[in-house]
Amino acid sequence: MIAFLVRRLLISLVLMFFISLISFFIVTLTPGSPYPWGEMNPKVSPAMKENFRKQFHLDEPLIQQYWLNMRDLFTGNLRSIKDGRPVIERIGEAIPPTLALNFTSILIALSFGLLFGVWSARTVGRWQDTALSVLMFAFLALPTFWVSYLAIIGITKTFGLPLLGTHSFSLEYPNALSRFLDYAWHLALPATILALAGIASQSRYVRASMLESLSEDYIRTARSKGLDESTVHYKHALRNSLRPVITGIGALLPALIGGSIIIETIFAYPGIGRLGYQAVLERDYPLLVALNFITAALVLLGNLIADVLYAVVDPRVRLE
Amino acid sequence: MEPRSPAQRVFARFRSDRIAILSTAVIVLLLVTALVFWIFSLTGIDFPADPNATNLQAKLQPPSFEHWLGTDNLGRDVLSRVLHGSYISLTVGFVAVAVALGIGVGVGAISGYFGGWVDNTLMRIVDSIICFPTFFLILSAVALVGPSLLNIVIVIGLVSWTQTARLVRAEFLTLRESQYVKAARSLGQNAVPIIFRHILPNAAAPIFVTAVIGIPEAILTEAGLSYLGFGVQPPQATWGNIIADGKSYILDAWWLIVFPGIAIFISALAFFLAGDALRRASSSKSESN
Repeated sequence: MIAFLVRRLLISLVLMFFISLISFFIVTLTPGSPYPWGEMNPKVSPAMKENFRKQFHLDEPLIQQYWLNMRDLFTGNLRSIKDGRPVIERIGEAIPPTLALNFTSILIALSFGLLFGVWSARTVGRWQDTALSVLMFAFLALPTFWVSYLAIIGITKTFGLPLLGTHSFSLEYPNALSRFLDYAWHLALPATILALAGIASQSRYVRASMLESLSEDYIRTARSKGLDESTVHYKHALRNSLRPVITGIGALLPALIGGSIIIETIFAYPGIGRLGYQAVLERDYPLLVALNFITAALVLLGNLIADVLYAVVDPRVRLE
Repeated sequence: MEPRSPAQRVFARFRSDRIAILSTAVIVLLLVTALVFWIFSLTGIDFPADPNATNLQAKLQPPSFEHWLGTDNLGRDVLSRVLHGSYISLTVGFVAVAVALGIGVGVGAISGYFGGWVDNTLMRIVDSIICFPTFFLILSAVALVGPSLLNIVIVIGLVSWTQTARLVRAEFLTLRESQYVKAARSLGQNAVPIIFRHILPNAAAPIFVTAVIGIPEAILTEAGLSYLGFGVQPPQATWGNIIADGKSYILDAWWLIVFPGIAIFISALAFFLAGDALRRASSSKSESN
């Protein structure tokens, strides 16, 4: 177990190094002016440019730039161009709302994915299975921003209810419960739309792994013992199908964070995605580097935790 | 009569699948439409109307006999814009996939064929790219290099080759141990002909499936970029930027949002279903997958 943990940790460190390289160089090596203002802006004096070059170490060789910027990021000296605050602080504020959104989305994706996947596997080869599989691909084929707009038009036109942000505007909360319910209401629609693609991929995973389990010998044994079909399906097959589903969550994470850029922008939700879009609009290089790095690092961390949990649950993994 | 070659078997299975036939028909229709309107745009034929001709007196008109899908805020005919947007959206899909496939197959083949430290290094790079939220990485890069058709397809391709690489590597790991590869090697053949002549053709089916699935993903990515203002730039119409332009008028002019969205949805769905049908037809386990 210890050896397994050490190995995983070392691999993760190597990946972390690659991730930091990619996130730094994708921003700095892309052609274009290094300044956020544009070369010809008359309001920018040479002194300002010089200052900017100093602050982000643009006068150093590339490798040195990478090293100094990464050091600044971790010591909180890497500052946003927009407001001069440490990027780590701005990102820190945006992480909790994004986690709330993504966590809700994962819950929705998992539960509906499981439901549809099992249903699909139980009706394999019949019309229900075909219809469900077409529905799942339809979820994948829907452009998120388009669905969001249609949903917003539909709900605001028919019910006249507020949807954007995290709270209803100018509403007094009599107690914590009503505050929570209002937040949940604002979270529900973006989390559901964000989850659509996840529902599709999870249900495909569940279906495939259910079908695989159902062809195993122990299922034949269970059936020949005379157990009824639902016991065979839910107690024997489903439990053994859950392993690949856990890996599916890991694969879901980057897609969710990436997808939340559009969702958070549309729903004016104050998370990582909207911060990222603002950084892109303002050409805020330090913030962009830090965001790419931190989101990828979070995904890596999530996968590492999943790996370890996996090894705790299933001893066969440790022996590999 | 039982078809003989593996390709014929796959084709026969594909043909007996109703969803496969239907989605292929939609794709063919799309390709023909895109080709026709691409030729129209090159030769200056304005059918059904000039997609870029503005007419402020006829702005934001609902669907009518004159303008089947209505007009936008500058009085441009939405039907013409949707039709002329088709070849841009499909070009994005095909070219981005071609770039991704080129890199993915190359990296996967090298990794799987040579193994050892080469494989280790390449796969760790793939692992670390997979950690990135793809759409955000694409958005950052496109925003920095500037959004143009060429830049967008290159960036999408450069970011989305990792799954192909993993898949090709896995295929190579099994195929390089096969009898015919060993035979070729013992005859003294070099790595390059073995990779291209012996292994790659036998890994063609799964690679083709990822390519078909990759096309709608690229189309959807471009639409998302367009929505954020970093897609193919106006006045060139794409399905994504028609919706993006129309978003300020959503409460008054639903047709600006609904029709191009349906175009994206139908074509993405057709590619996804065709890709999945192809996967089912080419996998060895017949019914259950």
